[in-house]
Amino acid sequence: MKGLFALLCLVMLGAARDPILVPEVSQHEVEVRQGFTGTELLLFGAILDPQGTRAGRDYDIVVVLKGPTQSITLREKQKHAGIWINAASAQFRSAPSFYAVASSRPIDQIVDARTAAIYELGLPFIQLSPIGTIDPDRQVRFAAGLAGMMTDGKLYQENPHGVTLSEQVLYQARIALPSNVQTGTYTAETFAISKGRVVASAIARVQVEKRGFERAIAEFALQYAFFYGMVAVAISIAMGWLAGRIFTYV
Amino acid sequence: MDVYLPIANLAVNGLFIVALGGLTGVLSGVFGVGGGFLTTPLLIFYGIPPTVAAASAASQVTGASVSGVFAHSRRGGVDYQMGGVLVLGGVLGTGIGALLFRMLSALGQIDTVISVLYVVLLGSIGGFMARDSVREIRAHASGVPIAASKRRHHPLVANLPLRWRFYRSGLYISPLAPFLLGVVTGIVTMLMGIGGGFMMVPAMLYILGMSAGVVVGTSLFQIMFVTMATTMMHALTTHAVDMVLAVLLLLGSVTGAQVGARLALSVRPERLRLALAAIVLVVAFRMALGLTYRPDAIYTMTPL
Repeated sequence: MKGLFALLCLVMLGAARDPILVPEVSQHEVEVRQGFTGTELLLFGAILDPQGTRAGRDYDIVVVLKGPTQSITLREKQKHAGIWINAASAQFRSAPSFYAVASSRPIDQIVDARTAAIYELGLPFIQLSPIGTIDPDRQVRFAAGLAGMMTDGKLYQENPHGVTLSEQVLYQARIALPSNVQTGTYTAETFAISKGRVVASAIARVQVEKRGFERAIAEFALQYAFFYGMVAVAISIAMGWLAGRIFTYV
Repeated sequence: MDVYLPIANLAVNGLFIVALGGLTGVLSGVFGVGGGFLTTPLLIFYGIPPTVAAASAASQVTGASVSGVFAHSRRGGVDYQMGGVLVLGGVLGTGIGALLFRMLSALGQIDTVISVLYVVLLGSIGGFMARDSVREIRAHASGVPIAASKRRHHPLVANLPLRWRFYRSGLYISPLAPFLLGVVTGIVTMLMGIGGGFMMVPAMLYILGMSAGVVVGTSLFQIMFVTMATTMMHALTTHAVDMVLAVLLLLGSVTGAQVGARLALSVRPERLRLALAAIVLVVAFRMALGLTYRPDAIYTMTPL
């Protein structure tokens, strides 16, 4: 009886204390069609306390936009006999094809490393799920290599001041999707963090899809590979021949 | 003008790609090389995935060589018999190349092999061409012509059994020689995403000893068919032929090829050859830097 009461208290206390997060994304569908040069997603929302009043406490907000994961082999070049060759490799089962994190303050000031690792907050904490055994030093090195490479290509982003909070109620963050993003389901996760503890989190999904002509070409190339090749060859011959004809009479 | 490439999965500046195609088209018109040796590295440098770059450059080279073949065949500059043997070898070569490509990719050494091939082949052929053209320009300036060396094929070629007469090339040699040459260029085409013209032309001149009038036309004839085979091979195995990219490249290169063919008539050939040698050497040097000094990327990723 005593225990039940304690539990009830805890639940009520928790319910009373933990705020509600209402997230939204500016676009739930990104269409990749001709002329697509990337887009900017606005991740915004409100933090309310359960009574519907504003939760007037010091919150930090971290938003993570993650693309579909893929299994990859990551290779590392080393110098051997004067030339750089691929000398080491590691395999990962779940490397995200896109990962962007924005926060209201640098993440290491918001949470400790353990919490960051649990919620995958920040580039060093992405869960890559290595295949086979790999010693920790090596994994850290390869993970950093992957992050560096993807950051260069703007596919991994870290913005320690990317979230703006107004009046401890509304938050917003802008994340740029470059044109070379993979298609698939993206998840936008928002975390409200107070005193180093994640007090609320919410997920929204964004669908990135090829449409129209772009979709048709991509499917044609995969499903009717032979005809696709024939068409490609025919186009190149026709264009070469046509140019020859035109220039003969000019 | 931004264009989205559906297979390469990224947006590029369309005008830049057309201009790139135009540049290589001019090269192909002037020299009878496909220009793939320039397109592929530049596309990769621009950020297009290497396999897509190689596969799409192949169809560009087809287009550029088609108009060249028509132009040369009107002047009787194509030895179809020789070309046929080369094509047979070339198609076999692309098959071997595809197997090698898969094997080397599995080992993770494909990019090193490609870079080494570029440095070795372009470096040696570029150096060779530069030396020749400088000698010719000097001879022209001093007014003392170089004694024309007697055209002859390599002694090894003469040792091969089974001889055929190739009338237009002015040769009586074993078809095995051009067949093997075709195989080698086929492998190189598949691996490097190039037509192989820059090595085909010197090999025809100095190893087979073909008469100069049919060298460029026949080389283009072979390139046309081998790159067609390469495009098909990529379409079937790697699915990496990007039609949008290929059409953009083609737009530039087919017009460039016509411009180049005219240019070739008005500029002195040894100067042209020196220019080509310089371009080839620059590409080789850039590749060598990536191999020995510092690669563009330490880490590379391939899907499992």
